[in-house]
Amino acid sequence: MTKMMNKAQGLGLSLITRIAGSEVIDQFNLRKLIEKSLYQGSKAGFKSLSQSQKFFKSQLLKKQRLSPQGKNLFDLNLSEEQQMLVESMHQFAQEILYPLAARADHNETFPQELWQHAKDLGLNEYALPEALGGVADHLNIVSNILITEQLGRGDFSLATGLLSGFSAINALSRWGSEQVQARYLTAFNHPNDLKATFATQENSSAFNPFQLDTQAIFKDQQFYITGEKTLVLLGETADLLLVSADYNGQADVFVAIRDSTVSYKKCPAMGLKACETVTLKFNQTPAERLGDEDFDYSAFLDLGQLMWCALAIGTCEAVKNYCVRYANERMAFGEPISHRQSIAFIIADMAIEIEAMRMMLWNAASLAEAGEPFHREAYLAKLLCAEKSMKIGTDGVQILGGHGFTKEYPVERWYRDLRATAILYSGLHA
Amino acid sequence: MNLQNPKKYKLMVQQAREVALHVLRPISRKYDKAEHSYPKELDMIASLIDGMNEGGEGLNAGAVVGKRGADIQGNKNGVNMSTALGIMEMCYGDTGLLLSMPRQGLGNSAIAAVANDSQLERFKGMWAAMAITEPDCGSDSAAIRTTAIKDGTDYILNGEKIFVTSGQRADSIVVWATLDPKLGRAAIKSFVVPKGTAGMKVERLEHKLGIKASDTAAISFINCRVPAENLLGNPDIDIAKGFAGVMETFDNTRPLVAAMAVGCARASLERIKEIFKDQLDQNYATPYLQTSYLAAQIYRMEAEWEAARLLTLKAAWMADNKKPNSKEASIAKAKAGRIGNKITLKCVELAGSVGYGEDELLEKWARDSKILDIFEGTQQIQQLIIARRELGKTSSEIK
Repeated sequence: MTKMMNKAQGLGLSLITRIAGSEVIDQFNLRKLIEKSLYQGSKAGFKSLSQSQKFFKSQLLKKQRLSPQGKNLFDLNLSEEQQMLVESMHQFAQEILYPLAARADHNETFPQELWQHAKDLGLNEYALPEALGGVADHLNIVSNILITEQLGRGDFSLATGLLSGFSAINALSRWGSEQVQARYLTAFNHPNDLKATFATQENSSAFNPFQLDTQAIFKDQQFYITGEKTLVLLGETADLLLVSADYNGQADVFVAIRDSTVSYKKCPAMGLKACETVTLKFNQTPAERLGDEDFDYSAFLDLGQLMWCALAIGTCEAVKNYCVRYANERMAFGEPISHRQSIAFIIADMAIEIEAMRMMLWNAASLAEAGEPFHREAYLAKLLCAEKSMKIGTDGVQILGGHGFTKEYPVERWYRDLRATAILYSGLHA
Repeated sequence: MNLQNPKKYKLMVQQAREVALHVLRPISRKYDKAEHSYPKELDMIASLIDGMNEGGEGLNAGAVVGKRGADIQGNKNGVNMSTALGIMEMCYGDTGLLLSMPRQGLGNSAIAAVANDSQLERFKGMWAAMAITEPDCGSDSAAIRTTAIKDGTDYILNGEKIFVTSGQRADSIVVWATLDPKLGRAAIKSFVVPKGTAGMKVERLEHKLGIKASDTAAISFINCRVPAENLLGNPDIDIAKGFAGVMETFDNTRPLVAAMAVGCARASLERIKEIFKDQLDQNYATPYLQTSYLAAQIYRMEAEWEAARLLTLKAAWMADNKKPNSKEASIAKAKAGRIGNKITLKCVELAGSVGYGEDELLEKWARDSKILDIFEGTQQIQQLIIARRELGKTSSEIK
């Protein structure tokens, strides 16, 4: 017992030492944020270590709900903290994600070194409520989508993979019942490699997330899930699964721990290659209901849509920036192709629609953060992002012409990844 | 972050909505038919607006926008925002009538943007129209041929202007003219020419596709003499600064034209949603792929419209906060101009003969919206401005 405690304590301290010495942190200007999160982390860590030799041992915990933040004036300014987040995530995306992206896509493998970076960045601490050793003291939906857009500029798939655990924490703290939070959310407050993901998509044409084939039944004080889910991000290795299923004719969400009743099959797709997407088959898998009386399945879906919109916007920025450079360098008929209106106007339209998508997303996200109804805004944002981001994806390949069609250039990858924006419901959560 | 309309303008927006529905809509068709006749019903509304403007940030239709005043500390929602919001409501009523609103001309915006303090005082309460376009120069405003030659303490204007909105009704015309055609853009200045000045004459009024309630004049200037103090802004020819002076006006007026497109399109969108209310899920609870074709079309229009509205508010917000907004003003104008036209035309299509006929106003809004993608810089001019900015190119590189 004592030995185990020492080991766990040692793990925490070595993490602190490694982060404190990390140049990445200074470079990304994240020290302040991390220090804050570490302070909270160590405080809660010392308190609860003796109770937590296992990940999912329940702790006594009052139900966590982050409080909303609202404003009176129209305001597009980012707070200081948001600016800092944007800057550091931007740099991380350019220097770490982008260089890894082509190989990860080609190998269809999520680079393991990214998990260490994710820890260094403190993504999970950022999402976890203060009472659980994180730094979240309010709903941070706007910051979440700002982070996501920036990561999306590095790479759509890698950002998606990085954010799956972060999203699970968001969903658990937003919707989790007291019982579910005590058992699962607390597990993220430890220096472990706990991986969580969503199993919400089903393999049907024109998938309707309100009509699920996957079934949940309630028997002997326990839910059991049976059915198949597809395009599960990093589903081969995830320990904790948020699963949507039909219960008594209503779509609902459940939490399940990976066990032998869950089998998987790789399901590679057009894009999202680095997320190692799989199909998961549930056969009488024991589960708990995620939420209780304040659970809102429609809002659960909407908060997923906001993340996909943010990823699409970030990726579209990457497409635009790449096309700007290319069009200014590529010569035809004695001048850069950017001097032709046919090319220049495509770039202008990219800029117009990216800004249009961003305003739609910001509107929905800030309403959600203020605790206001935001379904209409999320619905329309998703609609616009699905259409415009794909247009930008295809225009990006077009500007590069034959080059764009080859794997020598990143635009074909963005093209394949951006197609996912219209297709996925949930899978992530702001 | 917050993208909802500021609470402090709620009452103003409500008032504007009342005006739109109960003053403008009832006379909408009347002045669409009676082109060139003066909508006298507007005089009362104009006085009301003047009164509200006296009180500060009230309802106005474009006269007082600008980026003037002390530096901004923190976040501000000011006259650019309130004007854009007011215009959206008024154009939801009728775009042509909004453009005919006394003392709310684009010339007033130009004065607000570039006039010095004594000029602001002298031109206060005046209705000013704007004269830029010439028969041989539209979007290429650097090619203006109307000349202004210094003669003692006066300038003498010679040339011909077309497409002057409210050119016949306004108290004065803000005329763009060049001090020296050889010096290009830097030599272009704007002059306030009061109605009745000898040498200025309204030659004709245009017959148009839409916004018929608004008079569009062709005006000639033959040895028209104006005092030097009617030159707005700085009389020096600053080659380095070039066009900046006059173009600054556009940073403030383009978001307003975007607001017109947003307001006009909303009229069509609301009407079409009313017509098809039984086919629409009011709660947006049906996923897009499960909706009917008709509903899907309407939701997509609504998404585009919402985007244009927010881009317009962003450009206005930036002006209120003295952030450079040329690109954002063009983005707002480009997006709102194109979707305003697309939405109003699509609504006629969806409603079929009901939309095409004159019993409804849908066909009128489809005609009115076209100009909003043309004046204050066409769609293509906005795209050029945005493209140059994105690509880091000059106007001689991307032509």
